Amino acid sequence: MELQVNHVITWMEKSNEKIQTNKDFLSALDRAIGDGDHGINMARGFNEVVTKIKETDYSTVSDVLKDVSMTLLSKVGGASGPLYGTAFLKMSTSLKGREKIDYSLFVNAVSEALNGIKMRGKASTGEKTLVDVWEPIVEQLQKDSDFEAVTIETTAKNSMEATKAIEAKKGRAAYLGERSVGHLDPGSVSSYYIFSALSEVIKEGV
Amino acid sequence: MSHVGIVLISHSSKVVEGIKDIINQMVPNVVVEPAGGTEDHGIGTSVEKILQAIENAYSEKGVLLFYDIGSAMMNAELAIELSEHENIEIANAPILEGAFVASVESGMGKTLEEVKQAAEKAVK
Repeated sequence: MELQVNHVITWMEKSNEKIQTNKDFLSALDRAIGDGDHGINMARGFNEVVTKIKETDYSTVSDVLKDVSMTLLSKVGGASGPLYGTAFLKMSTSLKGREKIDYSLFVNAVSEALNGIKMRGKASTGEKTLVDVWEPIVEQLQKDSDFEAVTIETTAKNSMEATKAIEAKKGRAAYLGERSVGHLDPGSVSSYYIFSALSEVIKEGV
Repeated sequence: MSHVGIVLISHSSKVVEGIKDIINQMVPNVVVEPAGGTEDHGIGTSVEKILQAIENAYSEKGVLLFYDIGSAMMNAELAIELSEHENIEIANAPILEGAFVASVESGMGKTLEEVKQAAEKAVK
């Protein structure tokens, strides 16, 4: 099975739908332990992403992901702009020149995205950031041998929920220290939506 | 004589405009470029604004970037990766005190490395 241009476009459309639906929830989570703009920033960014990729003709997955990245970098605003922008840019770069994206290339691309996020945010696992969703996802993808809708959804959901118990060490929430415990990490929740959207794309048939 | 350019990156355009005013009063011969707020004038940082500020502040002696919090540093690093220029550095110093000291040193014709070191010793 292969990941194609139309799959990536649907992936972004579904991500956008989930983010628009949960825009206020994401901002409420961010108001509790951050600056309160995560929902607005992500909603603006992904709306622009969908507009951009729907009006453009693409011949490769790498090109779609590059436009996703550049749009997020310039439109998101908060810390999620450079983080998600870097993630999709690394995916795009790792798939450059590839006509057909099989499972192993896809796993490698997501793994590169995780490395990009860690490099940009200087974050590692257990610091209450989106790394706490991306890292378990990469580990799960490496365990699986083909696109698996159920394991992606379950892993993303469980690891997102697990951020509630973590004390923040990075980002605005780190200033709150112990008071950040008991709240979901907003970036992990938006990452969950993105992987949940991916899971749906796979379920519908990659 | 060319001088090291200074770029100020903050979540707020008011912050960097104010710092620029303070510096210009004492050091009129150094280019200090503000990159504050998002494209739509909100609180946040914009990699495009930073890239433009680097362009405006650029001289053959290079450019030194100062940032305030969080995503400002990420966007500063991204801007350096995306910029066509080589000699751009980020100072690990408080944005007001650091940029002030850096501008004074830059005004004396110091190199990028010297200016950066002086800024990073600004508050010790």
